[in-house]
Amino acid sequence: MGLEAQLKSDGFITTTIDAVIAWSRKNSVWPMPMGISCCAIEMMAAADPKYDIARFGSEVMRFTPRQCDLMIVAGTVTYKMSHVVKKIYDQMPDPKWVIAMGACTSTGGIYRSYSVVQGIDQFLPVDVYLAGCPPRPDNLLHALIEIQNKIGKTKGRDFQNIPLPELPVIQNN
Amino acid sequence: MEMQELIVSKLKENFSEAFISSSIYMGDLSVNVDKKSIVKICTYLKEDKEFEFQLCEDVTAIDWAKTKNRFTVVYHIFSFKHKFRLRIKADVDEKDCNIDSVTSVWKTTNWQEREVYDMFGISFNNHSDLRRIYMPEEFEHHPLRKDFPLMGIPGSLPLPKK
Repeated sequence: MGLEAQLKSDGFITTTIDAVIAWSRKNSVWPMPMGISCCAIEMMAAADPKYDIARFGSEVMRFTPRQCDLMIVAGTVTYKMSHVVKKIYDQMPDPKWVIAMGACTSTGGIYRSYSVVQGIDQFLPVDVYLAGCPPRPDNLLHALIEIQNKIGKTKGRDFQNIPLPELPVIQNN
Repeated sequence: MEMQELIVSKLKENFSEAFISSSIYMGDLSVNVDKKSIVKICTYLKEDKEFEFQLCEDVTAIDWAKTKNRFTVVYHIFSFKHKFRLRIKADVDEKDCNIDSVTSVWKTTNWQEREVYDMFGISFNNHSDLRRIYMPEEFEHHPLRKDFPLMGIPGSLPLPKK
């Protein structure tokens, strides 16, 4: 029996709060587009009508980290940039997830060099690594579905007692 | 062709003590000069009515990885009047690792000299704002020197805490 038929006959369904919250959370993942280089072009393409990330409830790319729960790190992260990425990640409210999009972000990729971080998992907790140079938009959608599956399995108690990030000390010069 | 000969003869005539050599490779003229006279020569080439090299396209350097005259600073300049491109080279020794800035001649060289300073550690005298341009300011090494390892020096660039 489908959900609508159930509602028609009984007028109510029983479930758990955790399941409802996880269901609503996973179907409206708001991404933070951390577009650093060429992968960002594919990320933009995923939002266009052909691939249409809106089908998965993620069309609102917020340009402020305070309204996001998924960070898509799309591009080469240098050591100098890593502090900026981390600062933006720290500003996102919990719970939050991270996609390492593309070869550079996951492993350093072709940039085997002194200036590029060889994988952002050295300073960020990455949930999904996305292969490709750059990955196609449908690959990004696949990563998003993986994130949704992960969020669907969460429970409220998973997010209790998350320590606050260490706030940077601002020095006035 | 006559432009190349004219430049070489004029530089030899006016800067006999600073002119070292000249060479032509793939049709392009290069002149080697003494680093002490670099500002004088650049001012002359820019302001002389015969040449008018108004554009400095690039300032870069080469690390030859040798003990004497380790670095060569290279200037590419262009004359709109004659549609002519000239390369000026000046050797810099590692013990006396500095050269006069040509920002007084071409203002655009400000950032290019900062890049050379960042990557090779050659400092430019009389430069108005000699800071690193690519690497973080607290970084202590110069990445394009031949003795710098490809993957960098571990711990020299800090990562944020996990």
